[in-house]
Amino acid sequence: MKRLLMFFALSTVFLLSLGGNSLAGKISGKVRIDGSSTVFPITEAVAEEFQKKHRKVRVTVGISGTGGGFKKFTTGQTDINDASRPIKSSEKKKAAKNGIDYMVIPVAYDGLSVVINPDNDFVDHLTTTELKKIWQPESTVKKWSDVRPGWPDKAINLYGPGVDSGTFDYFTKAVNGKSQASRSDFTASEDDNVLVMGVAGDKYALGYFGYAYYKENKSRLNVVAIDPGDGPVKPDEVTINDGSYKPLSRPIFIYVSKPGAQRTEVNEFVKFYIQNAGELSKEVGYIPLAEKDYKASLEKFEKWSNNLLGENKTRLNVKKASLR
Amino acid sequence: MISPDLSRRYFKAKVFHLFCASVAWIGVLILGVLLFHVTREGFPWLDMQFINDFPSRFPKKAGINSALFGTLWLIGFTALFSVPIGIAAGVYLEEFEKKNAFSQFVDLNISNLAGVPSIVYGMLGLVIFVRWFGLEESVLAGAMTMSLLILPVIIISTREALRAVPGTIRQAAFALGATRWQTVYAHALPQAFPGILTGIILALSRAIGETAPLIMIGALTYVAFVPEGPMDEFTALPIQIFNWASRPQKEFHELAAAAILVLLFVLLLMNSIAVIIRHRLENRNR
Repeated sequence: MKRLLMFFALSTVFLLSLGGNSLAGKISGKVRIDGSSTVFPITEAVAEEFQKKHRKVRVTVGISGTGGGFKKFTTGQTDINDASRPIKSSEKKKAAKNGIDYMVIPVAYDGLSVVINPDNDFVDHLTTTELKKIWQPESTVKKWSDVRPGWPDKAINLYGPGVDSGTFDYFTKAVNGKSQASRSDFTASEDDNVLVMGVAGDKYALGYFGYAYYKENKSRLNVVAIDPGDGPVKPDEVTINDGSYKPLSRPIFIYVSKPGAQRTEVNEFVKFYIQNAGELSKEVGYIPLAEKDYKASLEKFEKWSNNLLGENKTRLNVKKASLR
Repeated sequence: MISPDLSRRYFKAKVFHLFCASVAWIGVLILGVLLFHVTREGFPWLDMQFINDFPSRFPKKAGINSALFGTLWLIGFTALFSVPIGIAAGVYLEEFEKKNAFSQFVDLNISNLAGVPSIVYGMLGLVIFVRWFGLEESVLAGAMTMSLLILPVIIISTREALRAVPGTIRQAAFALGATRWQTVYAHALPQAFPGILTGIILALSRAIGETAPLIMIGALTYVAFVPEGPMDEFTALPIQIFNWASRPQKEFHELAAAAILVLLFVLLLMNSIAVIIRHRLENRNR
């Protein structure tokens, strides 16, 4: 440990002596983040890397959920909110009331995967119409033969995330047309690992959850290709990234508050986040955006935050002027 | 009337005995299976690096330093708040309070509070300690919320323990001219203390394993520093376990198992300290 500290002290001295414009180790302060547990793994990875570079900055990340996080974000308690859905109009109003201006930055894609048991040999793909038939409220589908004629006369056992989850929100919106509209007689769990086990142990099961959970359990599950009308497509890094896997891939975001972005440590953190989100999101099981999207976000953020920092300077100058 | 069929009656008694024994063993068996499973998954991950490092996206580099110290801070402050208040309230209710309709109302409410789901205390803590008191997501706010959660348990067990002290001891003290305070302080409380201690340990063990109220008041999940004071942000072992267990990667599930082992160890340590103290006190009382 001592040696390590020594190393960092020396390297800091070295960097300083170079007289470079690197801020490494020079900035301190707090970056407060809360929000969606879906976005958490990416933010955690970014925070980990960022703190290696800026040892004096304390980054904290909570998992109150997208909505719970926005409650704190819109009152100025946090600087950044992890969000697996866009901000709602009620939350927007609250932010405006409290004078919190913000910027939204997409950081990665999360693909929802529809999965079946590997022993299921009759399902090759599902159309979005069939998905809707299965999952819509008051659905009459009880057996596989109700979904498509020719499929076995066996009960279909459904598995899906709980109603509080952003995944549930998104799936119901994409498939049934209305957020939260779903049949309710399925095995629900907030923990996607429980769903994985359910489908893996049940030949006639059908379930859906985040792509990362399918990817980690490829040997125990089969993923279903989804046909929105122009041919069935399976989710993978390429199809989610180029948008051909429809309609079950969604972008996930971070929201940055204006009072936050005016502080150097938050400002640096967000830039670092955008620059590294591609690599880090891949490492933790998500699909990165296209390189140009990150570039555009970075430019937009720099422009926005430079204006903010500019505002600060003018205010300072005005103060100085009034002192004279 | 005595049934002549003796062997039949003995047989019935034996069946009932076996039934009771098997029910008791089921509890032990479940604990055994759980321990075996957790140990098999988590033990290979237990090393000093796991204790000394902060959470990481790489399972090999991930550790529980911030969560372990967060839990220790949290439980320390929780004990500091809840034990004196809980014992004092128990003593008052059992030894000093006059029995009337109001006292019955208070009793009923305390028993009910012991059964309130923990997330409700989390919401209470969020409104009162985090917002009104302005404590934010600090160790202090967490400890106060946890104290509320376990106070009823401590109060009830204090009362039970005091009730178990024979009335003759009190009467003897009164007969010798002791005041109520002297009676309680010098006789009833020391006799009851082992029982009270058991209640405290059970209550703190509950607090150490709670996740829901902590997430509710906004305790964090990723923290790469150890709290340095009661106003610092923190995370706790159950939150870290919950987070790792819900990740898709198998390695994180194993890390969760390793963290469970650490949590069990802390719990066991607390319990054994209490057992030692209790043993000493019982010897002294004799």
